[in-house]
Amino acid sequence: MTERPASALPITIRAMTKTYGRVHALDQVDLDIRSGEFLTLLGPSGSGKTTLLMVLAGFTRPDSGSLKFGDTEVIRMPPHRRDLGMVFQNYALFPHMTVAGNIAYPLRLRGIGRAEREARVVRALETVQLGGYGGRRIDQLSGGQRQRVALARAIVFEPRILLMDEPLSALDKKLRDRMQIELRHLHEQLGMTTVYVTHDQREALTMSDRIAVIDHGRLMQLGAPREIYDRPANRFVADFIGESAFLPVRRKGAEILCAGRPLATESPAPEGEKLLAILRPERLQLLDGSVPPEINAFPATVSELVYQGDSFLMAARLEDGTELTLRDVVRRDTFAELPGPGSAVTLGLHARDTVLIPDDGAGAAP
Amino acid sequence: MSPAETALAASPAAAAAAAPNAEGLARDGRAERLALLGLASPALLLVLVILVVPVAWLFYVSFIGADGSFSLENYERMINRKSYARIFYTTFEISFLTTGICILIGYPLAYFLSQLPPRVANLCLITVLLPFWTSLLVRTYAWLVLLQKSGLVNEWGISAGLWEEPLKLVHNTTGTLIGMVHIMLPFLVLPVYSAMRAIDRRYLMAAANLGAGPVRAFWTVFAPLSLPGLFAGSLIVFVLCLGFFVTPAVLGGGKVIMVSMKIASNIELFVNWGAASALGVVLLVTTLVILWVAARFVALERLAGGGH
Repeated sequence: MTERPASALPITIRAMTKTYGRVHALDQVDLDIRSGEFLTLLGPSGSGKTTLLMVLAGFTRPDSGSLKFGDTEVIRMPPHRRDLGMVFQNYALFPHMTVAGNIAYPLRLRGIGRAEREARVVRALETVQLGGYGGRRIDQLSGGQRQRVALARAIVFEPRILLMDEPLSALDKKLRDRMQIELRHLHEQLGMTTVYVTHDQREALTMSDRIAVIDHGRLMQLGAPREIYDRPANRFVADFIGESAFLPVRRKGAEILCAGRPLATESPAPEGEKLLAILRPERLQLLDGSVPPEINAFPATVSELVYQGDSFLMAARLEDGTELTLRDVVRRDTFAELPGPGSAVTLGLHARDTVLIPDDGAGAAP
Repeated sequence: MSPAETALAASPAAAAAAAPNAEGLARDGRAERLALLGLASPALLLVLVILVVPVAWLFYVSFIGADGSFSLENYERMINRKSYARIFYTTFEISFLTTGICILIGYPLAYFLSQLPPRVANLCLITVLLPFWTSLLVRTYAWLVLLQKSGLVNEWGISAGLWEEPLKLVHNTTGTLIGMVHIMLPFLVLPVYSAMRAIDRRYLMAAANLGAGPVRAFWTVFAPLSLPGLFAGSLIVFVLCLGFFVTPAVLGGGKVIMVSMKIASNIELFVNWGAASALGVVLLVTTLVILWVAARFVALERLAGGGH
């Protein structure tokens, strides 16, 4: 199981539409998933990400649209012919079969002989680091082990596409963090095209080659994790991924003005007169005294200071009433010297971190 | 005082201080258990009076011979007379057949119901349960009317050209089976239905995803997962059949003699309480043995991961 499968398959989604009553679960979605990449569908619950995955697996019949695995149109193909591996949210391991029975199931359906079947089950178990667990019953396994068995069952027949539906959501945080790295390594090792659904932005940022952010059945942004985080295309993406405050700014000629003062940026501003500046807590800094030209300064009043162990949060209010949050690492000797509530401070944001998005009026989130 | 000094002061007073209120808390626990037992006592008393005492008496009477002294003649009679063996054989035969037919009809019915949307399924379940609210006797006599020579079933069958002479549908094994299946069916459908409802749809999705078509998915995943329910339902039906009286008595027309009917005739015709009690004891012990074996089987089933 160390060699890559003969070929991973690209997935082409065109004009995929699915409505439930008047709700658009999928609204004309176009998406190209590259051969062998790890793509995450990220969005809040009800965004349509799971619907899209179920369309890929063949369990949900869309109203219209085209779906190709490689060059083959599969939109009307029943699920059992699609030949793709899937890890279900609660694993859906068959309780009446042993671990080995579960993993051998897809091989048995494909008419693979007993000797080869057993050899492949052993290899799959080793791949997910569960060697020797074949004889166990499913109810003897911990959550993390079940997750691995589900994965082994999904990859044992060497599908060229692997789907995962929030496979880590049932695990505790420490195990989840470890499994994220493991799944990532496993993907590098196996090389199959992987589509991963999650609502957890950190998980998406950690694991993916690319992230497709979805909301209300529409693709909001598609890009590599750093691109999504550092250059969000709109307010929804900026708000959903990471924390951020939004500061209304205006374009005046060639300049961008924030409360009458020019704002330095490194990336080009989007079209339109009304814009928003994105202020992420960890990109803001406390300034003392001089302000270098490449730093945008925001005078503010501290309203709260919260100690969080490894870091601290400082909430501050600008003159126009906008609430900002600054997060920084706590250094043992300096925390006590931080300005407390009521103090006047100047917060700085480097021009390279000053990102502007169109003010589409959407997203009334505070 | 430092921790070391506290440990050194190991007087009884210090021990009490280390486990404060231990005695009072233990007393509260005992009082609570006693109160619970008090709540259960009416039920316990009822079970004692209407179950334990009569069964013990039954057991005792079965060892009393015709002359009023202790004897094994009631049991010897069962072994020596061929007619008794025949009666036990008939009882098991009818029970097996009824259970088998109930499975053939009830399993697909339960499957059909389990695939319906819950609201529709509930409505349909009411129609399955409806017979429960009608008297057993009424239902049995209704079948007698329907199945007789000039009854509705024969009339329709002949007028539809399905058969020419009136079929003998009643006063025989056929009639007994029709009546018993009708009465037992809900006892099978309900547990099977609830077992099927409990099967997570995702198991079937997983089976499909792994390459199983609908038929393979049913036989390799759905059917095995519904087995514990089927087993429980069959067991209930079989055990109820073993002691069944009214339906075979009315629809069997004296040709189908089951243990319960022999018990009745022993009392009504021969006024032989000893013989009737012995039959009752044998039937009871047989049922308990079957339940005991079945319980082991179900436990094994659970070990295999079939239970939820």
